Amino acid sequence: MTDASIIWFTVRMAALATTLLIPPALALAWLLARGTWRGKSVIETLVALPLVMPPVATGLILLKLVPHGVVFTWRAVVVAMMVMSSPFIVRAARVAFENVNPRYEQIARTLGAHEPRVFFTVTLPLALRGIAGGVVLGFARALGEFGATILVAGNIPGRTTTLAVAIYDRVQLGHDRAAWHLVAAGVIVAFAAIWLSEKSTRLCT
Amino acid sequence: MTLTTENLVVPLAHFDLEVTATMSSRVTAIFGPSGAGKTSLLDAIAGLRPLKHGRITFDDVVLSDLPARDRRIGYVPQETALFPHLSVARNIRYGGRHNEAHVVEVLEIGHLLDRGVTALAGGEQKRVALARALLSAPRLLLLDEPLSGLDWPLRDRVMQFLQRVRDDFNVPMLYVTHDEEEVAGIEEEVVTLGGVR
Repeated sequence: MTDASIIWFTVRMAALATTLLIPPALALAWLLARGTWRGKSVIETLVALPLVMPPVATGLILLKLVPHGVVFTWRAVVVAMMVMSSPFIVRAARVAFENVNPRYEQIARTLGAHEPRVFFTVTLPLALRGIAGGVVLGFARALGEFGATILVAGNIPGRTTTLAVAIYDRVQLGHDRAAWHLVAAGVIVAFAAIWLSEKSTRLCT
Repeated sequence: MTLTTENLVVPLAHFDLEVTATMSSRVTAIFGPSGAGKTSLLDAIAGLRPLKHGRITFDDVVLSDLPARDRRIGYVPQETALFPHLSVARNIRYGGRHNEAHVVEVLEIGHLLDRGVTALAGGEQKRVALARALLSAPRLLLLDEPLSGLDWPLRDRVMQFLQRVRDDFNVPMLYVTHDEEEVAGIEEEVVTLGGVR
């Protein structure tokens, strides 16, 4: 497997994981920011858990939770990435929503707006910058995911091997030079991704 | 056009605000020292703050049975709360385009339509917020300290715009202020909040 195909696979998986994660993460973040409901603190803690647990432990839990047909496929890669990057997106979006002055939403309601319109025309645009920051971090986390991925998706060349797993694999086999090629390529990809997103965030706000 | 609050009780942080009043003038001034619950009363009328009990009616409509979005109350809050990410034009059209040309002409904001709201001067922001409320075809206008944060010459000018709105549009206004002199030129009826428990 070439370096390029490993990186391309990892970028695609991380992009897919981040995209799939955004709608539920935003919904949860909004509920945490605006709602008062029973069990809220439990959910808050659960969301933060992947941040503090060893990723391998999270991977082991996922191995028990994920259906058999998904384990050791590219889908498992996506699941592992989604779980590991969810705290970054949910927490950033939650803070971003909390920082939106509720007065704007209230005035939108007095102007006849129903709740979905208030959310999409007032709350979301005003929170966009903070959310974008969280999405970039989440994507970066997904790009570098290792511990959970290797347990739940394994290391199947051409099918589940991501950048981090491939680097580890090459080092284990004593192919240090090949590992360094991937490290260099990974640095360039991560740099480009973060630079592009910073730029687009500045453009849209 | 009559706004009535019957046995209205609005729970606030430190006391319950109780208001029973009938307001039927074009401009009703609501006085009270700061902390008397003036803004909370406006919020309750607009449907933004829950009532402990009581009823708010406007003519035959029981406003307190409706959610905020169905009350058709034009609210100009003290801080104007113009949507900072939208242009002046998109701000004022947010709730509708009722009588747009006339409102824009009376409030003299035609030259501001393409501008962003964050760059507007204080008096301009007040006029844009007024326009936004009027374009939603409100049955009642709530003005919370509309002259606050403005310097003297500007206060007179914004007051002239308020008088024009009173005369040109058939929308009754509740005008909240802590300063009795301020509304001498526009008020027709006065409600004083006090007797705080």
